[in-house]
Amino acid sequence: MALNWKTGGLLLGLVFFLAVLLVKPIGVSTQFVILDGVIVDLISPDFITETDGSYSSTNAYMAKSSGKYAKNAANPLNYSFLFVLAMMAGAFLSSALRGGISKEERSVPALWRANFGESAAKRYLVAFLGGFIVLYGARLAGGCTSGHMMSGMMQTALSGYIFAAGAFATAIPVALYMFKKEG
Amino acid sequence: MSDLILAIVIGAAFGAVLDRIGATSPNWIGKMLNLTNLNLMKTILLAIGTGSVLMFAGQMLGLVDVGHMDVKAAYIGVFIGGLMLGAGWAASGFCPGTGVCAAASGRKDAMFFVAGGLLGAAAYMATYPAWKASGLLEDIAGGKVTLGTVPGSKFEGIWAVSGDVLGLVLGLAFIGIAFALPDRLNGGPKLSEMPAE
Repeated sequence: MALNWKTGGLLLGLVFFLAVLLVKPIGVSTQFVILDGVIVDLISPDFITETDGSYSSTNAYMAKSSGKYAKNAANPLNYSFLFVLAMMAGAFLSSALRGGISKEERSVPALWRANFGESAAKRYLVAFLGGFIVLYGARLAGGCTSGHMMSGMMQTALSGYIFAAGAFATAIPVALYMFKKEG
Repeated sequence: MSDLILAIVIGAAFGAVLDRIGATSPNWIGKMLNLTNLNLMKTILLAIGTGSVLMFAGQMLGLVDVGHMDVKAAYIGVFIGGLMLGAGWAASGFCPGTGVCAAASGRKDAMFFVAGGLLGAAAYMATYPAWKASGLLEDIAGGKVTLGTVPGSKFEGIWAVSGDVLGLVLGLAFIGIAFALPDRLNGGPKLSEMPAE
């Protein structure tokens, strides 16, 4: 059972505030690019290059903004990458402390099951394709639900509002169409 | 080094809260987006409002460093990317942050989401030159701008109004909307159960 919105909203707001107070606004989706960079550079070591402390890459996106992403992929022990690993640890502990997630729910969540049945393969396929389009879109937009919607709107960033308008314009119709049964 | 400790502390707190509010569960995301249970929507709106009020009030009092603000650029691709993310978010029930958290808490479908995400991010990296050439990544309305003009910030405002006062007002508005939103917008009591006029 999820926390009541008043408690949950205050806690979540406090985390976003602490981040901007102590370091910088929260963002996540860039780290998918960083991990991609780490993986590709392992397979093909000349993907990221360093000359006299400045980083670049054979990929134009990794190399953009004076090699900012290339530098982080070459040094993954940085604030933003570690932040995402810590998020995973926090979610893991929190979930374990409240008893974990049932075996059925782990592969096919209840709402999905009510609408599309038991097939885990079908669920995994949609989750995979969903992940593809979510991260492609997030990188095109320059941020995701955390960076644009929450951190952005909290700072009154114009880009945050544009992003949220786009995201809800498709998210609500797609959910209304796909999830007619409540589960 | 202290930055890395902060990354661990704030990151872990963020992950734990995302788990507790139901954001890592595709069920709660789906029920929010099909408008049958707005608990999570109210949570998010209250969080944006709370964060905004604390940050702008702190800046006005000189307790929060305005230099920590980090505003992203506005361009047409932000909207197109938002449309794409929204569709995938609704279909899968995950966004990038909640997806990695859900995978860590043992959801197998979330592991497929993360794998798809890594491939999607790589596909964007590969196709980035085409987007760049299309002009859809060019700044609009000044690019990295806030709605009002925040004193001491390196970002321009669209309007000349005081950015921190506007931030406070909008923060309160988000909190107000969180309270005003009903528990659900879709369905609910059937017409036959409503009192007759």
